[in-house]
Amino acid sequence: MSARELQAVIGLEVHAQLLTASKIFCGCETSFGAPPNTHLCPVCSGQPGVLPVLNARAVEHALRLALALGCRIRRRSRFARKNYFYPDLPKGYQISQYDEPLAEGGAVELVLEGEPRRVALTRIHLEEDAGKSLHEGARNLSRIDLNRAGVPLVEIVSEPVIESPAEAAETMRALRAILRCLGICDGNLEQGSLRCDANVSLRPRGARELGVKTEVKNINSFRFVQRALEHEIERQRSLYERGEVVVQETRLWDAERGHTAPMRSKEEAHDYRYFPEPDLPPLVIEEALLERLRGELPELPLARRLRLMRELGLPELDAAELTRERELADYFERALAAGAPARAAASFVRGELLARLDDARGALAAPVSPEALAELLALVESGRVSGKLAKEIFARMWQGGGSAEAIARAEGLFQESDAAAIEAEVRRVIEANPAQLAQYRAGKGKVLGFFIGQVMRATGGKANPALLNQLLRKHLDGDEGGGK
Amino acid sequence: MSPVDGLHRESALGLARLLAEGRTSSEEATRHCLARAERVDRELGAFLALDPEGALAAARASDARRRAGEARGPLDGVPLALKDNLVCAGLATTAGSRILEGWRPPYDATAVARLRAAGAVLLGKLNLDEFAMGSSTESSAYRVCRNPWDLARVPGGSSGGAAAAVAAELCAGALGTDTGGSIRQPASLCGVVGLKPSYGRVSRYGLIAFASSLDQIGPLARTTADCALLLEAIAGHDPRDATSLEAPAGGYLEACARGRAEGPRGLRVGVPREYFVAGIDPEVEAAVRGAIAALAAEGAELVELSLPHTRFAVAAYYLICTAEASSNLARYDGVRYGLRVSPEAAGAGGELEAMSAASRGRGFGPEVKRRIMLGTFALSAGYYDAYYARAQRARTLIRRDFEAAFARCDVIATPTSPIPAFALGEKQGDPLQMYLADIYTISCNLAGLPGISLPCGLSAGGLPIGLQLLAAPLDEPQLLRAAAAYEALSPATGLRPPLASAEGAA
Repeated sequence: MSARELQAVIGLEVHAQLLTASKIFCGCETSFGAPPNTHLCPVCSGQPGVLPVLNARAVEHALRLALALGCRIRRRSRFARKNYFYPDLPKGYQISQYDEPLAEGGAVELVLEGEPRRVALTRIHLEEDAGKSLHEGARNLSRIDLNRAGVPLVEIVSEPVIESPAEAAETMRALRAILRCLGICDGNLEQGSLRCDANVSLRPRGARELGVKTEVKNINSFRFVQRALEHEIERQRSLYERGEVVVQETRLWDAERGHTAPMRSKEEAHDYRYFPEPDLPPLVIEEALLERLRGELPELPLARRLRLMRELGLPELDAAELTRERELADYFERALAAGAPARAAASFVRGELLARLDDARGALAAPVSPEALAELLALVESGRVSGKLAKEIFARMWQGGGSAEAIARAEGLFQESDAAAIEAEVRRVIEANPAQLAQYRAGKGKVLGFFIGQVMRATGGKANPALLNQLLRKHLDGDEGGGK
Repeated sequence: MSPVDGLHRESALGLARLLAEGRTSSEEATRHCLARAERVDRELGAFLALDPEGALAAARASDARRRAGEARGPLDGVPLALKDNLVCAGLATTAGSRILEGWRPPYDATAVARLRAAGAVLLGKLNLDEFAMGSSTESSAYRVCRNPWDLARVPGGSSGGAAAAVAAELCAGALGTDTGGSIRQPASLCGVVGLKPSYGRVSRYGLIAFASSLDQIGPLARTTADCALLLEAIAGHDPRDATSLEAPAGGYLEACARGRAEGPRGLRVGVPREYFVAGIDPEVEAAVRGAIAALAAEGAELVELSLPHTRFAVAAYYLICTAEASSNLARYDGVRYGLRVSPEAAGAGGELEAMSAASRGRGFGPEVKRRIMLGTFALSAGYYDAYYARAQRARTLIRRDFEAAFARCDVIATPTSPIPAFALGEKQGDPLQMYLADIYTISCNLAGLPGISLPCGLSAGGLPIGLQLLAAPLDEPQLLRAAAAYEALSPATGLRPPLASAEGAA
């Protein structure tokens, strides 16, 4: 087959740490960054004799995700043991779900280059995280930190239906936005609260059968999702071009070197010896719980984005940015509810508000409330404050200077909209600059800017620009100019 | 005779009475038991460790409560002992294995905590087969445990230390664990009463897991009522064990009282034909049939029945328990606790994997290794359906056999063990023969039933023979009622092993 006609097929396996206060099978804390081995108890350190007890909040979070993604939820699912030895796996097995996962089917909806796409999912299941091994440092010394052991995870497995690295990256972004919107995962790839492994294979365009796949691990940023997959696809493509074969194996993405390297081959693959976890009864989901969770589901980011575009006529870029975080979109819509015009509010939220926030999720706690922003924008709308000065007023509001009205009044920032006062200035400036007047009348239209600048300087920037423009033209063009 | 000299002969309820009447103190009883254990156990090998300090402190605290009028109930101040696969905070717990040598648990098993809360004094930890895998206590990594009726014979297992200690009157009662008969079979071989509760009746939290879907903690004592007393203390739902049952527990002592008072009149006793077949020792069969006849003579109704899938029980059991064990024992890797062979000493480049392999290689005994390998094989890709999945189907069929049977009877009566106590070393080279020692007890675990073994006779050679009674899940009251009724009729009730009587007379 000609390598040029090869088409990539990508499937994702995404792990998301659930934002619960305690671990999935014990009461230990889950927060990130604590000193090593401080979030530890007999259960999560795998002491002899301990038993797991399932955290109901973790189940609710996983169900929220399954509902949001339109999965079929199993009313009776089961936990299973995945057996393998590793020093940071305290029990010698991971409690996961295997042949009876919590949810199956569903899809991640996204927009790629303006086109709606639907990435079908295979399953979503619950499991526990392992600890961390640190092998650096002294030779022959490994250090184990079990703080992460037992942190709840959902694993989201997509069908092999993703066609490009860009689509894979967009799938991850869409998933992250959903996880954050649901408030069930903070979606931090760098810290590992969201992790992405990808199965990659190539096949001749139009073929139905899948080619030999490799699994790429250790992709820990959105940028790397795309880069790692581009690299792996290229690697496989060049193998085929050289007439070689792709070996089924697990490969690690090395961000520094910008390539993937083999980790283990199919022959070395683990036999995980899955079997039903005897320490946990089947997980039974009651209809009442689903009913409640369904009722609590927020509007998802993509739906909200499309609604903002449809209802308010916002450009896609604005709508996408505003709905990236639920709190930001809430801020925006609260400003609208308080009477702010959509486009001006979108521009202020994207420009002034986001520039001042470390994290968009803090929007609702910002020093300028959505209602205060609406008040400011009302002053612009009515022409009492110029757009430029509004930004200055916003900055003072941020520093705790009070309401827009109060700041504008105290600082004398209201726009001069008294036609007679502006006209007097216009006359004075024209009389004082006969040379420029002559140039203008000789057809040099650009000189208009000079006159505007002069009047603005004289009025401290407060002259209403539209009114000033109209009056200047009237006097420069002669009486019949009339601002047309 | 002052009560002190005979304190070891007292049942737990007897001691409770003496304590309540102020005729002895917990400290006196505890010192008596400890001194006797020091003497007798050198030869017997029932204990792996005594905890004199902890026990005496608990005894003095109990006496202080009693003086203050704050005694907590019948177990307050009564000395008991624990099989060494039950976790006790601060007290070395080994599960009979070298791999846990030196491990001091950071927590109490729920059953242990409940005994402590009831005021019981815990004398120490009892010998067992390594990780409770065995039927003779010979796989203990630490010491030989002998049968008080004949020191050349095994006490049974895996709760051999518990059965031997109770029979030899080193303690009034003990907690053991039962995965395929590990309470009932040694109780039978040592002539004491051993009760395996329904699966989920007693929390497994702090029971060092062998086979999670089968393991259950239960009491061994010299009387049915003492077993009931211990069960009252430890039974009931535990939020730390998701497999423990919510159904209310209790009523066990009343059930015993009723059995004693009313006898077996009207009790429907099922007799399954599959339990009286080739391989059973004639003396055992005679004693058990004698027990069933005695029940009938006192008004019990005998119901002939069939449990047709019994023949699959041993195979299903040894697939399921080894599969679960292979996973449960994975945590003993030398990383966090217990024995560690250093990577350097392990060789092979000093890698982590070599450290774990060498630690497990040295820490586990041959029977444990055999079961880990069997279980690993049974769960392997390509074999799971043929072995583990089929064993689970067989388990379902066995459970249904019992459901059908209990529609027709209240309890089922069978032998506990096909043979009386065998000689030390006799079956050690032959795992299959050893596995067959569980043939009558494992169906009960597979079906999650409560079962009890109590003495029903002695062989011509003077070895105890046990009657096993089984009841429907959670029907411990019915089981105890029947057991207490039979206890009053049994020719073996009140018999003491030569070791105990010799020592008692001394």
